[in-house]
Amino acid sequence: MNEYWRDILYGTKSLLIGLKVTGPEFFKPVITEQYPHFVPVMKERFRGHIELTRNEETGGSNCVVCGMCQRACPSSCITVEGEKPEGSKKKVLTRYILDFTKCSLCGSCVESCNFNAIQFSREYNLASTNKSDYIFDLVKRLEEQR
Amino acid sequence: MDTSIWRPILYLIGVMAFAGVNAAWLGWCERKGAGHIQRRIGPKEVGPYGLLQPLADGIKLMTKQLLVPQGVDGILFRVAPVLAMIPAITSMVAIPFSATFHARPIELSVLLIFALASIGMMAILLGGWASNNKYSLISAARSVSQNVAYEIPMLITVITIVMLSGSMNLEEIALQQKGGFWNWYIFPIAGQSIAQAIIMPVSFLIFFTCSVAETNRAPFDMAEAESELIAGHMTEYGSMGFGLFMMGEYLNIVVGACLTAILFFGGWDSPLPFIPSGVLWFVLKIYLLIFTFIWIRWTYPRTQIYKLLNLSWKILIPFSLAILLLTAVFIKIEGILI
Ligand code: SF4
Ligand code: SF4
Repeated sequence: MNEYWRDILYGTKSLLIGLKVTGPEFFKPVITEQYPHFVPVMKERFRGHIELTRNEETGGSNCVVCGMCQRACPSSCITVEGEKPEGSKKKVLTRYILDFTKCSLCGSCVESCNFNAIQFSREYNLASTNKSDYIFDLVKRLEEQR
Repeated sequence: MDTSIWRPILYLIGVMAFAGVNAAWLGWCERKGAGHIQRRIGPKEVGPYGLLQPLADGIKLMTKQLLVPQGVDGILFRVAPVLAMIPAITSMVAIPFSATFHARPIELSVLLIFALASIGMMAILLGGWASNNKYSLISAARSVSQNVAYEIPMLITVITIVMLSGSMNLEEIALQQKGGFWNWYIFPIAGQSIAQAIIMPVSFLIFFTCSVAETNRAPFDMAEAESELIAGHMTEYGSMGFGLFMMGEYLNIVVGACLTAILFFGGWDSPLPFIPSGVLWFVLKIYLLIFTFIWIRWTYPRTQIYKLLNLSWKILIPFSLAILLLTAVFIKIEGILI
């Protein structure tokens, strides 16, 4: 019989405590982000697909077309092409294609680059029903960002 | 009594509008309430503050095909959703919104409303049975045992009120509590004996718990129980069949809140005697009660069926019986003393 009364008393009390927890929440400001209307900017650490780093002086890419990233990528997502202009010693990047359908965002490419030429972007709105939307031309991307 | 033809017509229009608006926008209130309790916004896209969301939902439901699956009992399957709405709308006829604002004064309005409330349960039973689906059938069986269990303490508490007021007329019961919150039956310090004032809050708790259970609301939504029974008796329903069930549920909440307001909170009586009473107080009270319904729903998880029955048979029924007995004793003592 004792347990019966204790159940009732503790039961009622815990129910009231429950109401006390949820009640004030109702009046607190909402904490969700209204996604399509307010698009959050990703944090520094966010790993999106890779992009070419802009060289602040030239406005172009740092890439010297050494091909390290291409070799480092375990999924062969990267295709780098370059050419040597007349009279120049260094190669110049002409094409940098990332096949994002295979990329696992492992970061090996960024790590392997000795010239600080690639970095993770903070892009995440990437949904598409078309596979070819995921073949990124990073040179074009760098030009468009200008 | 005014028996002109205008009265039923006005009642019909008024109640239909009230019922329709409530059934539609309580859904909105519920979603907003749920949202804010979980610190979300809830519906916001359709119209300002998402206020047109119920219209959008209604149009969506109405444009869908009313599918009657193979193997169901065709007649009962179609009747059930209608039966979910009708008793709730009909109950409104007996509810006095204020001293002058009601469809029809009925001597035994308490009786009428509870008779209609038990028909409402038939809708779940028929819908569950006719659907020819194991989940629906389990839901129907559950809801019957639940309703039987919770109708008893509810009616016993109502008998307590009827004994205190000496009337089965809701209007009369509300009038008895006139003149300030200390006369209301939830805590009748004046008018009744002090001992009565101590047991009445318990009585109110019993009644309120039962009305949550009777309207099949969480934490007592054993009939619907999405996680185990999909949607229980509504599993096979789509389109407006489902819509009617939902609207019936919300209307039942409105009726439950109206009853609670009249039986325990003095109906349209204002809490302080110098503030004029009126229909606005009644509306305020029912919406506060409805908010509590929503608040409760988004606070507690669903109980288990045997715990639910235990609560009724082991706690609510003995307590309500004890309160009934004590009330009878107090009334008798008061009769002797005076
Ligand atoms: S992140 Fe990994 S998988 Fe993606 S391109 Fe770079 S090396 Fe390849
Ligand atoms: S991005 Fe870096 S690693 Fe890749 S080719 Fe250019 S310089 Fe070499």
